[in-house]
Amino acid sequence: MYQYTEFDRQFVQLRAQQFRDQLERWQRGELTDEQFLPLRLQNGWYIQRYAPMLRAAVPYGEISSAQLRVLARIARYYDRPDPDLLAHAQQTQDELQASQPGLTLAAPPLRHGYGHFTTRTNVQFNWIPITQAADVMDLLASVDMHGIQTSGNAIRNITCEALAGIAPDEIVDTRPFAEILRQWSTLHPEFAFLPRKFKIAFNGAAEDRAATGWYDIGIQARKNPAGEVGFTLQVGGGMGRTPIIGSVVREFLPWAELLNYIEAVVRVYNRYGRRDNKWKARIKILVKAEGQRFVDEVEAEYAAIVQQDGAPHTITQAELDRVAASFVVPPLRPAHVPSEAGITAKPFQRWLAQNVGKHRLSHLSVVTLSFKRPGWAPGDADADTLDALAELADTFSAGEARLTHEQNLLLPWVHASDLPALYERAKRLSLVQPNIGLLTDMIACPGGDFCSLANARAIPIAAALTELYQDIDEVTDLGPIDLHISGCINSCGHHHSGHIGILGVDKDGKEWYQVTLGGSDGSALSGPATPGKVVGPSFSAAEVPGVVEAILDTYRDLRLGSQERFIQTLRRVGHEPFKQAANGARLIDHRAARQAEEATA
Amino acid sequence: MKIIAHSALPTSAGTQNTLKIAPDADLGQLAADGALQGVDRIELDFPKFTDGRAFSQAVLLRRRFGFAGDLRATGDVLIDQLVQMARSGFTSAVLAPGVDAAAAERQFARYSAFYQGDALQPRPRFARQDAAPEAA
Repeated sequence: MYQYTEFDRQFVQLRAQQFRDQLERWQRGELTDEQFLPLRLQNGWYIQRYAPMLRAAVPYGEISSAQLRVLARIARYYDRPDPDLLAHAQQTQDELQASQPGLTLAAPPLRHGYGHFTTRTNVQFNWIPITQAADVMDLLASVDMHGIQTSGNAIRNITCEALAGIAPDEIVDTRPFAEILRQWSTLHPEFAFLPRKFKIAFNGAAEDRAATGWYDIGIQARKNPAGEVGFTLQVGGGMGRTPIIGSVVREFLPWAELLNYIEAVVRVYNRYGRRDNKWKARIKILVKAEGQRFVDEVEAEYAAIVQQDGAPHTITQAELDRVAASFVVPPLRPAHVPSEAGITAKPFQRWLAQNVGKHRLSHLSVVTLSFKRPGWAPGDADADTLDALAELADTFSAGEARLTHEQNLLLPWVHASDLPALYERAKRLSLVQPNIGLLTDMIACPGGDFCSLANARAIPIAAALTELYQDIDEVTDLGPIDLHISGCINSCGHHHSGHIGILGVDKDGKEWYQVTLGGSDGSALSGPATPGKVVGPSFSAAEVPGVVEAILDTYRDLRLGSQERFIQTLRRVGHEPFKQAANGARLIDHRAARQAEEATA
Repeated sequence: MKIIAHSALPTSAGTQNTLKIAPDADLGQLAADGALQGVDRIELDFPKFTDGRAFSQAVLLRRRFGFAGDLRATGDVLIDQLVQMARSGFTSAVLAPGVDAAAAERQFARYSAFYQGDALQPRPRFARQDAAPEAA
């Protein structure tokens, strides 16, 4: 992974100092709340439903054991609500629960003392008192971490597919380019107050594992017939209220031109992006409204950058080499940890088949630890688990791990001979559910338990579905299914791209859920990126598990053999039978309640 | 960068050769019309401090249109944006009413260098001779 230089290290330390200065000025009343807001956001500090939330960046998902240990320390010593605050928060959640119409789902109590892995390889903490915010930033800086531009209307944390540099089907390792782009975008003076947030993702393999079609800029690395590296750039993808797939603006941009071209895109966006309406401010709206005119503007700006400015940000071979030198195979040795694991036993074999992937280097394996387990929200890891992960990374994976888009943690450098011992240790941490890529490997945002934007809770839905699909035989039989849950239209749970998407909506203070079918993140199985289609009027929380069950039963009835996947059956037979099944799963009294709601709406 | 408290702003200073440019103005058109000719100072407006269009305008005025006079930030100008403004090519800024300039100087002393090029230093750090990348 990238090794910070002295300059890089000093930079994040200075950033932490700057944040402390801003925080203190706000505390002294020298900055108003409104003035402090974008400053804290650009360091990853939100104010959520009950408490501040910190979003720490893990650029393109790569994290070291030392960094995991600091996250553990933050979870243990800082992610601690004052007892009165927690009691108040829990009581408010209990009231929300009690106000739901008729039956509802069990609501797990609010948890603290943990970090949450997001779909964009950030780690969030929900309870750190704002008075300790600057101390936490110092702590992060001590291991080359920060919250720079994890929020705010700026270029956000840049992501790569989780298998960059280790995938057998890789064309180009995109991590060095992501790092170069990270540095370029960090505290960019011109682009800190864009019309809206701006997200960039890289993919470097034939298979799109980074959902690039859904990004403000999605970058697919390629090689041309001459073997030269370049990028296909899609611009203007995004979820939210208006889901749009990015348009290709360049089929093959030579790698050295990456920063010059992105500067052109962002400058055109900064000039023309809408600022009058938050819901129409993303670049996707501009690209959709202007079409070819947008592309022409970008090309004209790019030409000016090259011809008039002299293309100052052309990436040099020396810089690429310097950065790429960090992304080499680390010194590896098998752990030779003795293991009692029965390697022929079915649970181990099943784990091997589902959670262990092929590596570019044949003697190594890629192991995904599943953070989708009963009793926990997707992507949550408490302090002890974070410490244990650091230990696992040190013992089995050269001290490196990766956060994945699907909210799991992956060990990239595991010797095949160490798999039984790793399995045994990870099993003690309850991280070996063999469900990677399957139904219960669901994506969910924190939703209405924590987030002030949410219309509905996501965690109880995820918990109920996890509970309902405990039978791993059944889940395995159902095969790969992307189930994505968002607590509101901001789509942090990526419901638009789920084969089955669940979206929390609010009607008169009550929680309801829209179910969509047929979304795709752009993977080979799912097909070109596309948003799912709504099956019908929204459902109550209590109805959702039955609706998902009805949809999956329909799939089992209609599929052509066990090899036809859910999304394939859906595409072959169309949505109608699934819609009928979903709408048939409504509970009678809930239907009456919903009709009453709609009549009064 | 010259930082001017709102209260210290002379009411009628130098208006003769000053051009005010709105955030949505077309710089290319203004230049083509000769509007930049003979101008000593251009004022760019921040209607809200979160409206970042004037940063791009400043960069373009310096880099593309060769404007060498005083580039002044006006409107909702706060001290935490001053370094960014200077890096984008502004040479003076009138602070928003009620904003105290006392903490401003500290902001300029904070960072020794930045990664990307800007209006003052067009080349990124990696391409500069004076800042050869050091070893990790």
